[in-house]
Amino acid sequence: MTDLNSLKYSEEHEWVATDGAVATIGITDFAADALGDIVFVELPEVGTELSRGDVFGEAESTKSVSELYAPVTGKVVEINDAVVDDPALVNSSPFEGAWLIKVEIADGALDGLLDRDGYVAITEA
Amino acid sequence: MTDPRYTPLRERHEALGASFTDFGGWQMPVRYTSDLAEHRAVREAAGIFDISHMAEFTVRGAAAAEYLDYALAGRLSVMSIGKAKYSLLLAEDGGIIDDVIVYRLQDDDFLIISNAGNRDAVSAALQERTGDLAVAAEDVSDAYGLIAVQGPNSEAILAAVAGIDELTVPWAEQKYYAWAAATYNGKPLLLARTGYTGEDGFELLVAADDAAALWDDVVVAGEHHGLVAAGLAARDSLRLEAGMPLYGNELSRDIRPAQAGFGRVVVADKEDFVGKEQVTPASDARVLIGLTAEGRRAGRAGYPVVLADGTVVGEITSGALSPTLGHPIAMAYVDPSSAEEGTELFLDVRGTKIPATRTALPFYRRKK
Repeated sequence: MTDLNSLKYSEEHEWVATDGAVATIGITDFAADALGDIVFVELPEVGTELSRGDVFGEAESTKSVSELYAPVTGKVVEINDAVVDDPALVNSSPFEGAWLIKVEIADGALDGLLDRDGYVAITEA
Repeated sequence: MTDPRYTPLRERHEALGASFTDFGGWQMPVRYTSDLAEHRAVREAAGIFDISHMAEFTVRGAAAAEYLDYALAGRLSVMSIGKAKYSLLLAEDGGIIDDVIVYRLQDDDFLIISNAGNRDAVSAALQERTGDLAVAAEDVSDAYGLIAVQGPNSEAILAAVAGIDELTVPWAEQKYYAWAAATYNGKPLLLARTGYTGEDGFELLVAADDAAALWDDVVVAGEHHGLVAAGLAARDSLRLEAGMPLYGNELSRDIRPAQAGFGRVVVADKEDFVGKEQVTPASDARVLIGLTAEGRRAGRAGYPVVLADGTVVGEITSGALSPTLGHPIAMAYVDPSSAEEGTELFLDVRGTKIPATRTALPFYRRKK
C-alpha cells in the first residue's frame, strides 16, 4: 500500500512518486472518482520529451474526456500497458496498478508540486 | 434561473450516495456507484430508475381521440384501451416539439408522458390545440411519481412486491407497449410494460406521496434478483445501445420526423394534423444513422463525421464506448449522399480520424 503522504501532487490531480531520478506518475483517486468509469487511456510513446504542463495523454470516462498534464519535465522512459489494456484499473487502483508513465526527471522538476495536505486542501475547497 | 427541482425520491438518492446532475431543471441522480456497473445490472439482472421528472398529462373528453389525431403525428384513435403508443408532437413547421408515449386508459381518457425539459412546451401545445373540441388537456405531473424497473428480472421483482395488488392483467400476460391497472397499498397504480433501455421492464406511475414507499418495496423485492439503483448515465448508455433517440440530441425543433427515422410514426394520410403541411424534410436534409467503430475511442455528441479527405458530412448526436458490445457506437446526422451504402465514413475524434461503419439501429437487441 502506497503511503499517500510520500507522494507529491499537482493541482491537475496527478500524483508523483520518485525513486532517484525516475518519477512515476498517475492520477489521484479524487480525479478518478470525479471522472467516473475510465474506459480509455491514451499514453505517450516511450522517449517523448515532456515539459511540465504539457498534455501527455487522455483519460476518457463513460461521460467525459480529460487531458493528462505532465507534472514534471523530463523524458518518458516507460508506460503502463496494463492501464491501456484495462483502463478500469484507474478507478480500482489509482495509486498502485494504475500508474501511467515513468519519467526521467530533469533537475529541480519537482518544484511547485504539493504535498498531501496541500493537495487534500484543494480537493476540499 | 429557477430553483432546482427535486423528485419525491430525493432522500432515497441521497441515502444511496448518488451524484446529482441538472436535467431539464431537475436535480437528478446521474450515478450511485458506477455507470458501467449500473448499465450491466440492467442488461443482466435489473435496475430501478427514478424518472419522476418526466411530465404527465391527461386528455379527457368525448373528442379526446379525434383531438389526439389532430394534435399528434400518429393515429391515436385506432389504439385499443390498454395499449401504449410512441408518438410525436410537431410544431406547425413540422419540427419536433417532443416525443411522447400515449396510453389509452378509456375510450375518452388518455395519458401522455413527455420529457421533463419540454413540459411547458407540451402543455402549451396541448392546450392550444383543443380549440372548440370537447376535450380537456391537463398537466398532472406534480401529482405523480414515476419509477422504471428495467432488466430481465423486472417481472419477477415486481411480482414479488407485497403492496402491489388487484392487477387487471396478470404479470406474465402483460404485453410490451401495454399497461395494466393495479393498486399499491390500496391506491391506484398504473403499470406499463415500457422503457428506455432496450430491456424488458416496466414503468410505474404512482401518487407522488407514495413513490418513496414503492421505491423501498421494489428495492426489497429486488434484493435477491440483482436489482441496483441506476442513474441517468446508465440510462443514457442503455438507450443509446438500444438505438432510442433522446430529445435534445437526436430530436429537436429543427428535425423533421423522417430525418430521425420516424417517418412511420407520422400518419400522413390523416385528414389534418399540426405540422402536416411541412412535415416532409428537404431532400438534402441530414438523416440519422448508426455508426460503429473499432477500438475503444468513442466519438461523442458534437464531434464531426467526415469523409476520407476530411470533408465534414455530419455530426454525432450521441456517442459512447458501448458497455455491452465493447466497441464505440454513435448516432449521427449525415448528409443523405453520405448515408448511402459503401460511403467510407470517419469519426473525427479530437483530430484523429477513426474509420466508422454504418450500422442499422438498434446496436443492441435483447434476446427474446
